[in-house]
Amino acid sequence: MNSFKKGIFDGLPIGLGYLAVSFSFGIMGTGYGLTVWQTVLISMTNVTSAGQFAGLNIMVGMGSYIEMIVSQLVINSRYSLMSVSLSQSVDKSFTTKIRLLFGQFVTDEIYAVASSRGEDIGRRYFFGLCILPYIGWTLGTLLGAISGDILPASVSTALNVALYGMFIAIFVPPMKKALSITVVVLVSICLSVFLYFQPFFEISSGVSVIICAVVASVVGAVFFPIKDEADKNGLDALNSADTLSEEREVRHGE
Amino acid sequence: MGNEFYIYLAVMAVSTYLVRAIPFVAFSRKIRSRFVRSLLTYVPYAVLSAMTVPAIFFSTGSLLTASVGFVTALVLSLANRSLITVAFFSCLAVFIVGLF
Repeated sequence: MNSFKKGIFDGLPIGLGYLAVSFSFGIMGTGYGLTVWQTVLISMTNVTSAGQFAGLNIMVGMGSYIEMIVSQLVINSRYSLMSVSLSQSVDKSFTTKIRLLFGQFVTDEIYAVASSRGEDIGRRYFFGLCILPYIGWTLGTLLGAISGDILPASVSTALNVALYGMFIAIFVPPMKKALSITVVVLVSICLSVFLYFQPFFEISSGVSVIICAVVASVVGAVFFPIKDEADKNGLDALNSADTLSEEREVRHGE
Repeated sequence: MGNEFYIYLAVMAVSTYLVRAIPFVAFSRKIRSRFVRSLLTYVPYAVLSAMTVPAIFFSTGSLLTASVGFVTALVLSLANRSLITVAFFSCLAVFIVGLF
């Protein structure tokens, strides 16, 4: 399978998950009085879940533009972290123009799948990877905006778990192979649970993710620094790299 | 909503885009620092686990069905099933338990 097709294949579960999530955004958009076209346009130009829901509320409530900017920066700030991480894993085919173009498609899920490859990401692969999620996100919004609440609650509720299931499928298998990742994940989860339930201050989920990611990754970097091999990056530089990447190939090839 | 919509849309889309694109372009060289490279190696796992827990438990409106979905995903992931298999069966598990 060439890398473009491989990307499309890997994007399939993301696209299906997005179909479900953006469906509810579509319902909400027209429910708030936007036209179908306007609702779809938001999804096509933003490609982000939490940011869009927050942005929609500000639009409808006629909030200030400053409020809009600040909310988007705060909620979406985690993408900056992902972009920095991704910038180190892409190969030389990612010129500045390509980066400016593909920067739009750095979503939680695309980032997650791309960075779990354990090898340099080529632009053909990345392009393929973005296609189905983008279609899914747009189409789901359109269907939701047109049809309103047609899915039975039991189905739409079940679909809410799809993307989380996919996340689990990405971060759990490496935990079996590398103690470092297990520690990082457990630190991150404990902190995330603490931030969610602590009564002291209000915190958005976007900011919470950043705090957890930075703290847990620093713990990982301090206690489990990667081997210093200049040409390798990501997981390949970890001790158990070989077994991991072999296994990943098998999983992606299923 | 008339023209204001398009101004809101532009403000929203541009801020979201810049948050993603600027770091992607700014860090186009390989970072040399071993510490930073180690840190970035761990970021994906830290990000994904923090986004999943505890949020998944509140994603279905029922702690029971969400927990069943979580456990299903965990077991299948430990068995190295593919992304789509894990996602599909955790949804199916939530759906089935939700019927009762």
